[in-house]
Amino acid sequence: MPDATVTYREALNHALADALAEDPAVVLLGEDIAAAGGSFKVTDGLLARFGPDRVMDTPISETGFLGAAVGLALIGFRPVVEIMFAEFAGVAFDQIVTTAAKHRYLSAGQMHVPMVVRVVGGSGLGFGAQHSQTTESWYTATPGLKVVTAASPQDAYHLLRSAIADPDPVVFIEHKRLYVRRGPFQPTAAPVPIGRAAVVRSGADLTIVASLAMVAESLAAAESLAAAGIDVEVIDIRTLVPMDVDTVVASVSRTARLLVVEEQPLSGGWSGHLVAEVVSRAFESLELPPARMGVVEAPIPFSHALEAKAVPSAETIAARATTLLGR
Amino acid sequence: MTPAALPAEPAQLLEMYRSMVQIRTFEDTVQKLYEKALVHGSTHLCQGQEAVAVGWAAALTPDDYTSYTYRGHGHALARGMSPEAAFAEILGRSTGVNRGKGGSMHLTDARLGLMGCFAIVGSGLPVAVGLGRGAQLRRETRVSVTFFGDGASNIGAFHESLNLAAIWKAPVIFVCENNLYGEYSRINLTTTVDDIAVRATAYAMPSQIVDGNDVQAVYQAAQTVVERARTGGGPTLVECKTYRQRGHSRSDAGAYRPPEEVTSWLARDPLIITRRQLLDSGSVTSADIAAVDDSVATAIANAAAAAEQAPWPDLAEITRDVHA
Repeated sequence: MPDATVTYREALNHALADALAEDPAVVLLGEDIAAAGGSFKVTDGLLARFGPDRVMDTPISETGFLGAAVGLALIGFRPVVEIMFAEFAGVAFDQIVTTAAKHRYLSAGQMHVPMVVRVVGGSGLGFGAQHSQTTESWYTATPGLKVVTAASPQDAYHLLRSAIADPDPVVFIEHKRLYVRRGPFQPTAAPVPIGRAAVVRSGADLTIVASLAMVAESLAAAESLAAAGIDVEVIDIRTLVPMDVDTVVASVSRTARLLVVEEQPLSGGWSGHLVAEVVSRAFESLELPPARMGVVEAPIPFSHALEAKAVPSAETIAARATTLLGR
Repeated sequence: MTPAALPAEPAQLLEMYRSMVQIRTFEDTVQKLYEKALVHGSTHLCQGQEAVAVGWAAALTPDDYTSYTYRGHGHALARGMSPEAAFAEILGRSTGVNRGKGGSMHLTDARLGLMGCFAIVGSGLPVAVGLGRGAQLRRETRVSVTFFGDGASNIGAFHESLNLAAIWKAPVIFVCENNLYGEYSRINLTTTVDDIAVRATAYAMPSQIVDGNDVQAVYQAAQTVVERARTGGGPTLVECKTYRQRGHSRSDAGAYRPPEEVTSWLARDPLIITRRQLLDSGSVTSADIAAVDDSVATAIANAAAAAEQAPWPDLAEITRDVHA
């Protein structure tokens, strides 16, 4: 049977539905996720199927419901919380980085917090500076959290399932521009574990590492570079904490060149950590200094004329690669 | 109908007195350990607030959940934490209840229903809502009781938690220990209402004001409120008026407090009030009370001495329990 194709949004919906069906401990909480099916319709239909005890609308009250999710997790539930726009987590940071992330440690392992915070991030839809960031860096510096991203429907399904099954708090970052992207979907395929990057395109001349929407941009760049005779390997890093540096090192040992692309400002971004790790572990493999691309060091602008230019694209990635390789 | 709450009988009241004396002696001993430079970091002591912890603990069953704050030694002890494990935790030793990884501000023991001791003001309240919501979803009769100070009633987490618990009609009991000071600031400088309890009306939630220095009054109120939560009556905000006899933390002598205020509250020390109630009952003698005082003093001294001798944690603890 050929692969079915689904959208990224549908894959997430399937993951939530399957988790709810398989495990009575799974509950969903968030603003407008039940009756309205979610602001981006990721939870559409789940209230009707699973009822209000499993799929809970909450007030606009992130501290309240994130903290409630921690409490539920402490007694054996597996809450999955939707943060409608990534920035909304800012008002409730305490519950993620200080409560959820540290409860296992502070209780010396007596308790743990198996919760998932689904964070809807990303630019490209004209939501302006307070609704368009991807915010990975807000979480990657906090021991106790895992930070997972998904760039394809297949990974969206399997990584969200892995995140829900994980015994510890996982920040699961989605990209709102990807929700309508369609791709192959095999729900019965092997699970995708947290902590493994994926080589999504093989190549010999340059390794590009990316996440979220930057994966598709990098793949498009790779196609145009192929026409110019440059053979690019693209890696979707997928999990930012813990980060699979081994896969990147293995790739660079073959390509000798590294470009990392993230949809964040480079200051404090995960690409800096990755480059530092690769340089310290595989310095002798590198023919060129590794390069990084990110969002301009500014808030994401609103205007359509500006927004796309503030973020790496297939064109700018291809141009940077060409320059990097001296072609 | 909720059955009328009864006061504790003399024998039970004597046990509650023992628990209060245990907390007082424990806290006085922590202060001495600190003065001997044996306590690394800070401590936030609860002398004067013992009746709140003990009155509530007496109204709970072992299945109920409690959560509390960095001023939480009393709540841990009142629900049965061993003083030795608590001392060892405060001293950072391997025999501490959290193997020395939590310290004074994080005495927790899930086996005793002590689900979290939060060092961020207000942080425990939404977690307590989740604990109560979980019991409700499972159709259990457990309740979730969360303790916090008057200062926490000005932070957003308080308001979000009351609202959420009220919408869900969750079995959550919010107990404000109004000790008149948020860290170093007197309540009238930070809060426009005299009674924190009035804030429940904004969430259509019942509330009650209790003399937090009278363990009988706390116990009676607690029974009624716990029964309401257990039987589907939803959340309640209870304000226990009490007083922090010491400063905010280890190095604070509390010099900003008017002397007459301190004096008047010391005269209403919860231990004095309970001793009077015991003697007035006619079935407890001064000798009985002295025997309790002596046995607690010995037990606490022994527990502290044992904790002082306990080994330091293994260095592997540094990275253990970050993840599964």
